[in-house]
Order: sequence, then structure tokens, then C-alpha cells
Amino acid sequence: MLSLFVSVVRRDLLLAWRRRSDVLTALGFFLLVTSLFPLGVGPEPEQLSHIAAGVMWVAALLATLLSVSRLFESDEADGTLEQMLLSVEPLPVIVLGKVCAYWLLTGLPLVVIAPLIGLQFNLSADETLIVCATLLVGTPSLSLLGAVGASLTLGLRGGGALIALLVLPLYVPVLIFGAGALDAWRAGLGIQSHLALLSAVLLVALAVCPLASATALRIAQD
Amino acid sequence: MSESSAPLLETRALTCMRGRARLFAGLDLTVGEGELVHVAGANGSGKTSLLRILCGLSEPESGEVRWRGQPARSVRDDWRGGMLYLGHRNGVKDDFTPLENLHASAAIAGERIADTVLLEALADIGLAARLDVPARSLSQGQRRRVALARLLADTRSALWILDEPFTALDVRAVAVLAAAMAAHLRRGGALIYTTHQPVDIDAERRQTFNLDEYAC
Repeated sequence: MLSLFVSVVRRDLLLAWRRRSDVLTALGFFLLVTSLFPLGVGPEPEQLSHIAAGVMWVAALLATLLSVSRLFESDEADGTLEQMLLSVEPLPVIVLGKVCAYWLLTGLPLVVIAPLIGLQFNLSADETLIVCATLLVGTPSLSLLGAVGASLTLGLRGGGALIALLVLPLYVPVLIFGAGALDAWRAGLGIQSHLALLSAVLLVALAVCPLASATALRIAQD
Repeated sequence: MSESSAPLLETRALTCMRGRARLFAGLDLTVGEGELVHVAGANGSGKTSLLRILCGLSEPESGEVRWRGQPARSVRDDWRGGMLYLGHRNGVKDDFTPLENLHASAAIAGERIADTVLLEALADIGLAARLDVPARSLSQGQRRRVALARLLADTRSALWILDEPFTALDVRAVAVLAAAMAAHLRRGGALIYTTHQPVDIDAERRQTFNLDEYAC
């Protein structure tokens, strides 16, 4: 089962490497939005550091929403998805492998680039670290929840708009706890509770989303 | 093996709906070991739908599919492991070379097949000269061959379900494939396929199943 997971991750990473331009859309979007905000809002350092966490989190959320609808698209189009459904191996593990690869390609780069964005928003080192930590725990949940939306809307016309409707309500708690951590820290409350809640969401998503997504894929292919 | 007398695959009173139209009803089909089943019928008679039901991708409206004498749903792993389905879509990634494609599809199917076996299958089906070319630069027929090379490398599946396997293939590839099919049947495997091309496949037991007779 582990070897299946590893080979699915490796396969998707290799596929992404062969068409790099597709992968960079999410990262590019994130960079663009977060760089435009300081230009639009104005250069007051205090105001910028005040909105930093919110802007970065909203940008990360939208970047995920933008790219996650394509998660199963190419596999569906070329028939690989049929073979996945017919495999003796458990479909949720295959889905988890795909989501893992997807997060490595679209979620992790956001976490890595976040300190750079933090500079634009006049964040201190501690504050940057907090934003990075929340993104690190939060973006996997975004990917997992997005995968459920992607499999539910697979093959539908206008799936992109529908996926937003389906997934956004589930994204909102992640957004609130993720972006709220920095404010809590500034108010002297500590970020443990926020991180704990984000981790709880991640654990639930890890347990439920691959199963839900696999079921939705089976129904979509019927 | 107390079930050895039971047929490999069996359907009882199968009914299929596509949208609001009923494609066929009351379909009983029995496929035994070593048997070649040609599913015939006009366009739109439900050949692909039938094959998708037989491999478990779709649910029938009513009726039952049985695998080795038991309801296929209750022996799902056995059923999936004993069957190889190739549909209209090849399951071939444009960005992968033929060998990478075979690796990926074997991994997804949960099989471990040695490189030498895969390379031999690719050579047999006439892709030896195009091994390091990504599938996007292959022709339609060559891409189909990449998918069909899986059949040549397969020894695990008892039943092959092939939807239009000969489409886009040239004469030589058709001959290679027909020989592979005959070898599969000699090993005691069974084969269900659809085609509009008359292809001679060497088989001791064969039946033609005309879906037009079950149309509603």
C-alpha cells in the first residue's frame, strides 16, 4: 500500500515536471496577489503588517481553488482514472497520493515563498514564522478538501464555479484559524490553540477526504 | 477450488439505462474459461455500456453480475484482480515515454512487472524504435499500441475485456494482437471484446453475442 502511494506521488511529480508551466500557475497567482496588495493599499508599514496574514491566507486559498479543479481532469480525459477505479489497490490511497503530490507542487511552494512575501508586508521574523507555520498546517487541508470538490465536479461543465460553492464553506474555518493566529499572538494569547485547531481540521480531512473523494469519483464515472 | 465448475463471468437479467433510454434488458451472458466472446451490435446498442458493467465501472439498472459463481460485488477484489479492461481511452500519458506509461499503469493496477517483460511487450507490438519518445509525438495507432502492450505483458488476469481493441491499428499490429489473444485463450483465459472489423482470432470456444436482440 505504501509502495502504491509512493509510486502515485512519484508519477504525478514526474508528470508535473514534464509540464512545468502548469504547476507554476498557483504559485504565480499567490505571488501576484500578495505583491499587488502593498501597491494598492499604500506603503504604511503598520497597516501592511496588520493585513499581512489575512492577505496571504486569502491568496493561498484562492490559489488552491484555482488549480485544484484540474486535479483529476487529465486522468479522466485520457482514461487513467478508469484504470484507477478498476485497480485491486484501494482507491483512497491512490487519491491520497495524488493529493500529496498536488500539495507538494502547489501548497509547499507557498509556505517556502511566504517569508519573502512577509518582507513586503513588514512582518518581523517571529510573525513570518507564525504565518509560515499556519500555512504549513493549513494548506494540506485546503488541498484535501479541494480534492473532494474536484471529484464531485469532475466532468461537469462550469465545474470551476461549482467547486468554489462546494468547497468555500469548508475553507472558511481553515481561513479563520489560519489568519487569526497572528492576531492572537499579537494580542498575547499564543498561537497554540489556533495551530491545534488547524491540526485537528487536517487530521479530520486526512481521514475523511480521500474516502469521500474516492466515492465521488466512482459515482462520477458511472 | 470448489468453484472451478462455475463460469468465470455470468450475468443475470441485466438491464441498462443510459439517461432515460433503456439500452437492453433481460441480458443473460455466460463466459467460461478459454472462451472468446464477441459482443456485436449497431452503434448505440450499448456495447460499451455492457462492457463497463461487466468490469464494474457502471452499475446496471437491474440484474446481477457474477464472478466465478458468486455475486461480483461480494468478491470485488478477486473480480478486479482477475480482469483487465481497456476502454476507448488508452490511459496513456502524453508526457511519458511508452515504458514509463507501462510502469505507471502497472503500478496503479497494483502489479509488479519486470522491465524486461515490459520492454519485450513493447518490442513485440512494434514500438522498439520509439522507446524514448514521449507519447505525445506518437501517432494514434502507436498510442493504442502502448496501451495494448499491457495485454502482452499480462499473465495475471483471467478475463480481458476490450472495447474496440483494433481501432487505429495497422495490419501487423492487428496480427500481433490477435496472436496474443489466442495465446491468452489457450492459457485458459477468457476474452470479451467489441469490434466492427472482421478479425480472425484462433479460439476453440467462441460465441457472438448480438446486443440488437436485446434492444428495447
